[in-house]
Amino acid sequence: MKLLEFLKRERKKSASVAKERLQIIVAHQRGQRDQPDYMPMLEKELLEVIRRYVQVDQDAINISLDRDNDCSVLELNVTLPRDE
Amino acid sequence: MAKIIVVTSGKGGVGKTTSAAAIATGLALRGNKTVVIDFDVGLRNLDLIMGCERRVVYDLINVIQGEAGLNQALIRDKRTENLHILPASQTRDKEALTPEGVEKVLETLSQEYDFIVCDSPAGIEHGAQLAMYFADEAIVVTNPEVSSVRDSDRILGLLASKTRRAERSEPPVREHLLITRYDPNRVTSGDMLTLEDVREILAINLVGLIPESEAVLRASNQGVPVVHDMDSDAGQAYADTVSRLLGEDVPLRFHEYQKKGLLSRMFGGGRR
Repeated sequence: MKLLEFLKRERKKSASVAKERLQIIVAHQRGQRDQPDYMPMLEKELLEVIRRYVQVDQDAINISLDRDNDCSVLELNVTLPRDE
Repeated sequence: MAKIIVVTSGKGGVGKTTSAAAIATGLALRGNKTVVIDFDVGLRNLDLIMGCERRVVYDLINVIQGEAGLNQALIRDKRTENLHILPASQTRDKEALTPEGVEKVLETLSQEYDFIVCDSPAGIEHGAQLAMYFADEAIVVTNPEVSSVRDSDRILGLLASKTRRAERSEPPVREHLLITRYDPNRVTSGDMLTLEDVREILAINLVGLIPESEAVLRASNQGVPVVHDMDSDAGQAYADTVSRLLGEDVPLRFHEYQKKGLLSRMFGGGRR
């Protein structure tokens, strides 16, 4: 019986795994596409400054630049750890 | 004024040069005056695929540096009327390729030709960016495989920002997706991305689908662009691609799984 179950077991097709992975990575790439070249550096330095005061993880910080017609908004999101 | 088409991909080995050679030849066979330029300085290959490697005397860099005239460097294709090849340099370093030099060459060619096909090197560095900089249209060659699709998306980002059209805020470069090495059998078994998957992820218009085909290696062995082999699936698929580039509405072929009949299984009537 075990063998029969093994044979009948639905394996996730590799192409659908590839598609899911690509959708995530491409969405990420496109998010970075329009941002200025200094953004990764800015993000890194901001993280350093924040870490002088609070210990946060790399992914606790989220930075983005939204451009409207006549102004740009730099949005900085930091998730601080809960107070003990 | 010629239309400038760049054949690009980011990733190497996906079929850029094969495609550039086949499409340029196809355009010429349809009566368009066409020149195909190899931008892969240091690693030229287009001359081999076009079968004119022994007739290369001067190259693109010689022309840019004023050591040869454009007409001395252009090689007339022996098989196809209306077709010329401008080879890349085998020895010089890539920095010899200057934007001003390339612009001048393209401008001069533009007076005389209907289509200028630029065969881009792999990567996203200097040579690749220069190959796409002056383009009106781009053919993004993609294999149904994760690294190729991701790199193609990177290239689309560059086409949208690092081209002359983008910098001048002109209408954007027209982007076409060309899927190569497609294997309908593996798609059916669920082990290869479908053409709809690739199209959906990259979100650009499909201009052609080239099946994995033995004819491609046979063509490169002989130095005859595969579009001359009209008995082959790949040759026909490239001819269809050229028709679509010229604005014709041609239905897609070779994307469906062909069940082998008893006879072909017995006698090994393999894929052409």
